[in-house]
Amino acid sequence: MTDFPSMATGRDGRFLNRTEMLGAAALALLVFVLLPLALDPFRLNLFGKYLTYAFVAVGLVLCWGAGGILSLGQGIFFGLGGYALAMFLKLEASTPEATAIQSTPGIPDFMDWNQITALPGWWQPFHSLTFTIIAVVAVPVIFAFIIGTAMFRRRVGGVYFSIITQAIAAILTILIIGQQGYTGGVNGITDLRTLNGWDIRTDEAKTVLYFVNGALLFGCLALAQFVRRSKLGRILIAMRDREDRVRFSGYDVASFKIFVFCLGAAFAAIGGAMFTLQVGFMSPSFVGIVPSIEMVIFCAVGGRNSILGAVWGTLLVNWAKTTFSEGFPELWQFGMGALFIAVVLVFPDGLAGLWKQHVEPLFARLKPRPSAPQPAE
Amino acid sequence: MSDSKDAFILTVEDLTVSFDGFKAVNGLNFYVEPNECRVIIGPNGAGKTTVLDLICGRTKATGGSVQFKGQELLKMREDQIVHAGVGRKFQNPSVYEDLTVFENLEISYPRGYSVFGALAFRRDQAVRDRIAEIAEIIFLQNHLQEKAAYLSHGQKQWLEIGMLLIQDPELLMLDEPVAGMSVAERVKTAELLNRIIADRSVIVIEHDMKFVEDIATRVTVLHQGKLLAEGSMAHVQADPKVIEVYLGH
Repeated sequence: MTDFPSMATGRDGRFLNRTEMLGAAALALLVFVLLPLALDPFRLNLFGKYLTYAFVAVGLVLCWGAGGILSLGQGIFFGLGGYALAMFLKLEASTPEATAIQSTPGIPDFMDWNQITALPGWWQPFHSLTFTIIAVVAVPVIFAFIIGTAMFRRRVGGVYFSIITQAIAAILTILIIGQQGYTGGVNGITDLRTLNGWDIRTDEAKTVLYFVNGALLFGCLALAQFVRRSKLGRILIAMRDREDRVRFSGYDVASFKIFVFCLGAAFAAIGGAMFTLQVGFMSPSFVGIVPSIEMVIFCAVGGRNSILGAVWGTLLVNWAKTTFSEGFPELWQFGMGALFIAVVLVFPDGLAGLWKQHVEPLFARLKPRPSAPQPAE
Repeated sequence: MSDSKDAFILTVEDLTVSFDGFKAVNGLNFYVEPNECRVIIGPNGAGKTTVLDLICGRTKATGGSVQFKGQELLKMREDQIVHAGVGRKFQNPSVYEDLTVFENLEISYPRGYSVFGALAFRRDQAVRDRIAEIAEIIFLQNHLQEKAAYLSHGQKQWLEIGMLLIQDPELLMLDEPVAGMSVAERVKTAELLNRIIADRSVIVIEHDMKFVEDIATRVTVLHQGKLLAEGSMAHVQADPKVIEVYLGH
């Protein structure tokens, strides 16, 4: 039932089997050739934004699809990554010259509006791009490590884990909104202009960022595939099915869960940072419960057992969301809900599952391959 | 007895576990020698499975001590107990159904237990050879690429025994290894078990008296969480208390 290659990876050495290779090539064609050719810069930027969510969805395939850990708080890590980069960009945009009209020039505008007169100490390191790039990944990963250790070492799992991650997402949102002098509050960190002097608001910059984003996504896909193909990937599946038994195969289940949760957080964080760059701001509305659950839906629609499926699902749901919400803004919410119910009830393995069940057999019939490895009798 | 502790591979003393006041195992003492095959028998609810759960760390004891080669197991995590050399087969076959037979055995191969060890794990020749060797022993050499979910009940039992074998534990604990098997499977399993218990210590829970007679070095009879009798099969079979609570029925 699952998309995990078990028969296909009976031999070591092949990183992708034939189907996966075709799938990856098709996705690369779409992302790097078809979309840039077909879309105007505005729409392309929109798809670039969708692709940042795909980072989260790919992380969820590993955590949820493979490991059975359903996090309803991936927005936390998406947001932390996005905020880390937004802080750097905001500091760069808040030169004393640009902010001369403020009562305290040289600090971000929202701080000035909140009667803060000096840059807080924890903002200082974000003057450095190197520090920021490290922080984009390190801060969410450390946070995930703390959450993961606290939960998994105490053997909190299943629904309880999901609820707790959701609560943390809610808490973080409230914290960000409440501390508006330090975080920009409900508006988030806006009016971002340049990255090390390079204006990120031009169409040209947006196109470049789109390709950088695509390349990073494929990097994450390759890493995810490496993890799935390793023995660790199979331990995750074993854990999802019989967590208890894995302990008696000699594995410390908690450390594997912590690892995969941290990896998912790292992917989400990269997506968040790319979101900030391409969309030009970061706000609490990408951190909380609703975006976190939406990201789970992207992953579920695409297929929680397929890393490529998750990307397709993200693109499709977001494209549909934009298209339909432009026409019927009120109905979209119901559409999204209906979609989730349909996935759960009708096609639990998502689009990837449908593809595998219905489309691949067609290909197989069209093109008989006598050299295909036969399952052992 | 405590003077000669070193002679034992497993020392269980005063082992007690209480579930909401109910003492499933109550002040149990027993000692297993190297290369011994100990069979635990007793009526339903005597605490047999619980004793194995306590030794392998699945259930936390309320009191007492379990020492394996001088290490206190009660303080260790399940995976650490496995690394110390204790393997456990569960009553219902516990295999990873979504993985193939090959992958089930590979996961049990005693290498790459840490996160990064598992990431770096490679299927080298030594791994393949060992898996092929074990698959042959457990009669599954032609099923290596099959998903474990599609195996018969008996084959799953064998697979789980194979997963233990590949771990090569010094102390092997088997919970009703022939339960639910057909007669033919039973005969094959008895042969298999006789092979694998040869050079290690084994604790077996079993109801099949014929089977017990075949394999047991010594028999421990449990009743209501306590030791009722211990000794050779002939000895416990002659014990009036054992006949009263167990064998007589």
